[in-house]
Amino acid sequence: MAKPTTVSSDSPALDVATPEGKKPLAGLGGPAGWLDDRVGLAKLSKGNLRKVFPDHWSFLLGEIALYSFIILLLTGVFLTIWFKPSMAEVEYQGTYQLLRGLPMSEAYQSTLTLSFDVRGGLLVRQVHHWAAMLFVAAATVHMLRIFFTGAFRKPREINWLIGIGLLSMALIEGFAGYSLPDDLLSGTGLRFVDGLIRSIPIIGTWAEFLVFGGEFPGTIIVPRLYMVHILLVPGLLLALIGAHLALVVYHKHTQYPGPGRTEKNVVGYPLFPVYMAKAGGFFFIVFGVTVLMGTFLSINPVWKFGPYTPNQITAGSQPDWYMGFVEGAIRIFPPIEWHLGHTTWSWQIFLPGVGMLGLLFGGLAAYPFIEAWITGDKSEHHLLDRPRNAPTRTSFGVAGITWYAMFWIAGGNDILANTFGGSLNAITWAMRFAVWVAPVLAFIITRRACMSLQRNDQDRVLHGAESGVIVRTPDGGYYEDHMPIPTDEAYTLTQHAEYPSLEPTAAVDENGVPMPAQVTKRRARVRDWFFRANLAKPSADEIAAAHSHGDEAHEVEASDEHKAVSQH
Amino acid sequence: MSERPRRRTRRSPLRRAALIGAALVVMGGVSAIAAPTVSNASPLPTEVGTGAQIFIKNCASCHGMNGEGVTVNGTAIGPNIQNAGAAAVSFQMSSGRMPMAGQQQQSRRTTNTFSADEIKAVAEYVGALGSGPGLPTASQYDTSGLTADQIAKGGELFRTNCSACHNYAGKGGALSNGNYAPPLTGTGVTNQEIWEAVRTGPQNMPVFSPTQLSDQDVQTMIAYLSDVNSSPDSGGYTLGGIGPVTEGAAAWIIGIGGLVGFALWIASRGARAR
Repeated sequence: MAKPTTVSSDSPALDVATPEGKKPLAGLGGPAGWLDDRVGLAKLSKGNLRKVFPDHWSFLLGEIALYSFIILLLTGVFLTIWFKPSMAEVEYQGTYQLLRGLPMSEAYQSTLTLSFDVRGGLLVRQVHHWAAMLFVAAATVHMLRIFFTGAFRKPREINWLIGIGLLSMALIEGFAGYSLPDDLLSGTGLRFVDGLIRSIPIIGTWAEFLVFGGEFPGTIIVPRLYMVHILLVPGLLLALIGAHLALVVYHKHTQYPGPGRTEKNVVGYPLFPVYMAKAGGFFFIVFGVTVLMGTFLSINPVWKFGPYTPNQITAGSQPDWYMGFVEGAIRIFPPIEWHLGHTTWSWQIFLPGVGMLGLLFGGLAAYPFIEAWITGDKSEHHLLDRPRNAPTRTSFGVAGITWYAMFWIAGGNDILANTFGGSLNAITWAMRFAVWVAPVLAFIITRRACMSLQRNDQDRVLHGAESGVIVRTPDGGYYEDHMPIPTDEAYTLTQHAEYPSLEPTAAVDENGVPMPAQVTKRRARVRDWFFRANLAKPSADEIAAAHSHGDEAHEVEASDEHKAVSQH
Repeated sequence: MSERPRRRTRRSPLRRAALIGAALVVMGGVSAIAAPTVSNASPLPTEVGTGAQIFIKNCASCHGMNGEGVTVNGTAIGPNIQNAGAAAVSFQMSSGRMPMAGQQQQSRRTTNTFSADEIKAVAEYVGALGSGPGLPTASQYDTSGLTADQIAKGGELFRTNCSACHNYAGKGGALSNGNYAPPLTGTGVTNQEIWEAVRTGPQNMPVFSPTQLSDQDVQTMIAYLSDVNSSPDSGGYTLGGIGPVTEGAAAWIIGIGGLVGFALWIASRGARAR
């Protein structure tokens, strides 16, 4: 960003233009009037259709998740027509030659039929699976956007919690889905979860018998997961998505800081027609991308895995990506197991498996409240933070991503070892250290990067933007001309709030009467640390001084240059 | 002045080498004359004689003159292969794993530079040193004449016995400490090699005896493997066919990457808030 940023002057403002000839929506008048007379359509839509939303690409990430979910519902309905959630044993006599005559469950048989004998069945199955992968991925990046811009702050904490609920629900939904076909890979995934359930101290075995209706694999897990996958969790997801969106409308959308944007307004365009067109178009783009992926990229080729039998396994058995971090944690966790009396305490599965899920979602859910406690910030926020202006939060976020990524890598340690010719054991050991070291490094590096970016902002405000023009002075010196940045940009760079450090309040008042401490010593310390990487904004005086200095800067620099030259 | 003696010292080893070379030519000539006599005196068939020669030139430095293995300073640099059997030799040499270029964690598949006859000769020579699985006849690993049902059953056997290490379609997988189960497809692996590997258990692989897997079982597995990899990929590009790891990468890179690109495009188009 050497040049000053410019406000797009060429993009059209939303001018009112009336199309010539027949009005495209004229025909709607009759039906709309009919509906309005009966359900009050005009009153309903009056406020909502003109609701203003701000414009930014990162606000579309949640939309990707929403649209993937719609695609999942559409393709899922198609799949339920053909899929038989039964573990009854049948002999396959379908068209896929390489499995003919083998005993298998009805669930697997119907998945094969769906893939090979139903027109478009394999395409829809693959679109469904890709959309599921994208749904969780888009929800994850959407959550990261919310995190890094501080959009979870008051008044949106509840919506953050709903979002975390949605993400955890999406994981369960995805797991239940990929466990249904009853092929070798999905059965292996179920075996993994079976182990996870059994590792719960004391109640593990009972819990396993409750879930599987007896010994693994039993005959009821597929019907049960089917119910979870097509009724229970989608219902919860729908309800939560409804609440999630309703709260967005109620709170109004957050916006990035900029000129004219305040905590009390929303600058943007109305839902109708601008965002109806943009969002509608984006839905078809998301649909198009998932269909293209389903067409050209094979996903979960169940016919190659064969029917599930507990005595079989394939190399490279991994869960779908969103369960990969749990897989990784279990792969690298040292073997710790207690035997107390008649009980077995399998910490090597319970801690990384159940503990990891709890830690991730518990940590995410708790973060807004932890940060609010640290900062003591009780005000409402509708303007987003630029991530650099909240360095500690940004560093926590990057450290979290790094931590998660390390478990991810550990979950694919055999694929990595085999692809890059490394040692599985060496990778495992390296990851055991990396999950501790890498997040710390990421934290430090990110905090430094945020400080540098803040300094850069400060530099631009004080001294302007580099013009790229090298000027030669008459006495032989060189300098780069700086241009003052536009007021709009200067405003954007300096609008963020500052948090002065707090002194711990006394525990007793001047008369020695104990009073409730407003700011404890510990909180003052933590708060200080939290804001330590926040650079003070330049004051108006400093900016004025820098600008008047800037006018003479050429001469000063030139004479410095001259001095330097004349010394030689 | 000082240059002359130096030049002389430089030339003298050359002269010595020439002398040695001449001596070798003489000795070689003598041995060439003597060799047929040795071969005639030997009770071994001619092919074993050729095999012995190739063995001594290419294998004996690590495996010993009689395949007894070589130990240097207490470290075994080559194991005893007297009872390895002809099938093992044939597998190791035809896949280019032997002779090994150097000590490795695991001998890797390389380009084999021996002819089929030479490999057969060495295999028979080593086979004659002790007991061990012999070379298979073509009918033992030939997959023609198998019915579709038998091949499907071979898939079941493959998933029970092989896929744990070699992956569900024989793409290979990692083992501990840098060892790996090599891919069984697309790298010039022949049916004979698979049969030999099953019977001899090279490197980390277990031995499957005929009582565990009959020759016909092995044939059906080989047939399944080639069929599953030659049948069209119904789902599209397989992303390496190694399971969900690459699928996850594709979802993030192509899916999310592409859609974020579209999001950037949409947000930069049309009416914009200023």
